Amino acid sequence: MANSKVKIDHVSKIFGSKPKSVIPQVKNGKSKAEILEETGHTVGVYDASMEIEEGEIFVIMGLSGSGKSTLIRCFNLLNKPTDGSIYVDGENIVEYNSSQLKKFRQDKIAMVFQHFGLFDHRTVLENIEYGLEIKNVSKEKRRQIARENLEVVGLKGYEDKYPDELSGGMQQRVGLARALANDPDILLMDEPFSALDPLIRREMQLELLDIQERLKKTIIFITHDVNEAFKLGDRVAVMKDGKVVQIGTPETILESPANDYISDFIKDIDRSKILQAENVMIKPNALVSLKDGLKVAIKEMEENGISSVFVVDRSRNLQGIVTIDDAIEGIKEKKSLEDVLNQDVTTVGKDEYVNDIIPKALESKYPLAVTSGNGRLEGFILRVHVLSGLVAEEVNESTEYHG
Amino acid sequence: MSDFPAIQSHLGDYVSDFVDFLDNALAGLFDFIFFISSRTINGIEAFLDFLPWWLFLVLIFLLGWYFKSLWSGLLYAFFIFLVGTFGLWEEMMMTISIVLSAVIICLVIGIPLGVWMAFSKGFSTVMRPFLDAMQTMPSFVYLIPAIFFFGLGNVSAIFATLIYALPPVIRLTELAIRGVDPEVVESAQSFGSSRWQMLTKVQLPQALPTIMAGVNQTTMMALAMVVIASMVGAQGLGEQVLISINRIDIALGFEAGISIVFLAIIIDRVTGGVADRFQKHRRAK
Repeated sequence: MANSKVKIDHVSKIFGSKPKSVIPQVKNGKSKAEILEETGHTVGVYDASMEIEEGEIFVIMGLSGSGKSTLIRCFNLLNKPTDGSIYVDGENIVEYNSSQLKKFRQDKIAMVFQHFGLFDHRTVLENIEYGLEIKNVSKEKRRQIARENLEVVGLKGYEDKYPDELSGGMQQRVGLARALANDPDILLMDEPFSALDPLIRREMQLELLDIQERLKKTIIFITHDVNEAFKLGDRVAVMKDGKVVQIGTPETILESPANDYISDFIKDIDRSKILQAENVMIKPNALVSLKDGLKVAIKEMEENGISSVFVVDRSRNLQGIVTIDDAIEGIKEKKSLEDVLNQDVTTVGKDEYVNDIIPKALESKYPLAVTSGNGRLEGFILRVHVLSGLVAEEVNESTEYHG
Repeated sequence: MSDFPAIQSHLGDYVSDFVDFLDNALAGLFDFIFFISSRTINGIEAFLDFLPWWLFLVLIFLLGWYFKSLWSGLLYAFFIFLVGTFGLWEEMMMTISIVLSAVIICLVIGIPLGVWMAFSKGFSTVMRPFLDAMQTMPSFVYLIPAIFFFGLGNVSAIFATLIYALPPVIRLTELAIRGVDPEVVESAQSFGSSRWQMLTKVQLPQALPTIMAGVNQTTMMALAMVVIASMVGAQGLGEQVLISINRIDIALGFEAGISIVFLAIIIDRVTGGVADRFQKHRRAK
């Protein structure tokens, strides 16, 4: 992809006295533990490659020691990679000299830290304006920008407080405002919500999505929490022992985990909040058009062994559903398909989360119809599909139909 | 008991020769140090002399009140008043001048050295044994080269005081800068701070409470040197103590001694109060 915002290319980061000397050994496939044992060097990140698109939230997920925090510090060269290149807007930042690097950090990239990294000798406002202050932005201007950003994170009125007078959640808002004040293209977030309690964490996650909706930054987000990763990430990279194990959208990782490690990792995840209608729906084998009439409808149902069928118009817009009983009754009473058509069908959008579909599936007498934005019928969902979507293993197709 | 074999070394002679050599080779430097020290001390003394006695009392009261409490302020002013009634007012002013000069020079030298040690592991390793030696060498010993370089008088006293009182501020500055939360340093770095911006806008302010603890210790040690330094001609309260020893004058000895204690209490509490003030807006770590 030529237009990726950030591209890292075979990046390795090794800690120790002679990091370069260890690279060949890692290349030969020695494990992290073996290398530590033999050479005393720690492999932070090994041979990581990924491309991050402009405007996406890219989550790097892994347990502690997986190298995720080491990797994120490569993006702004707090850690200089031992090997490999990092391209931002096509420029290899690893080759930057110190003044280029300073400029890059001042203008293009900002970071939010796990324990906030606030300057506790400065007030909230002075914290937020720090990035502008070191760029020698005039006092009035940086005050104004700082105030605006304080409002973005909902902390208006706290300008003159000191960080330690604020709760953890509020402190991280200050951290976020400080990063945003520089108006960076890229936002690095190193486990920003891990130190917060669950309620505040959820609130901050939603708020981040909200802010992202408006600002459209490129966000690189680190977490050890699978649920957080899958909730926020447009794409997710999973790391283990310094290596990138899988990169993909949350759905693809859930559907086809690359190995046992990842399956294990995602075992506990709340799939109902990740999977959407289109992930669990069935594409209909049988569809009846309005003009086909009752006989065709009955034939379709008999051939497919089903007890009801969706009826669509010429452009495949859902018109309703007809059951086998109603259809047979209709033929006896010489009614048309339209007369027996049941329009009391619950429809769900194909991007609705399974979590939101569950109550609808429980209430509906018929299968749920899944439609795309323009009303076109895309598929249907039975209650059993909702359930089987929630467990990782394949469940044998049940014979249950609506009942 | 066995006799030690007849092997002799004359390390002391070499040191003596070395001091001779230094005195000649670095005459300019010593003149410069002499000039700076005497200027500082004379300036401060002139200022203190210029203050009317009551204004000085008021100043002490205000300092105590601002940094500790109303009662502390009153108590400290009363202490100073007592020293005046002992007839030791001028001596006390002299002592304060010497201590303040020594402390100012200590900070000017010590803080940059401490910062350098924090940034350079090598320099830190080199400096450490010197600092240890400065702190453990009996203080009388460096009185001798002090006289050699600067003659009898207040400048020698300041020089000796410097050697004794410098280590804490250097050590605590190094410790303080190294102790700044790495994430805070990283965050300053991530915004593209230059080295200097990082030091002045983040590291030093963050380190200030600990550095102030070093200033407090350095001040107390400078005060502790007052009596010893009087042996090389420092005037002030220490000189009075020395005189009282020679005359076996218990009354003078006690008065001069208790005056030093008063000063110590006031200086310790006030500098401690300043340190607390800096600590105020810190998270409990």
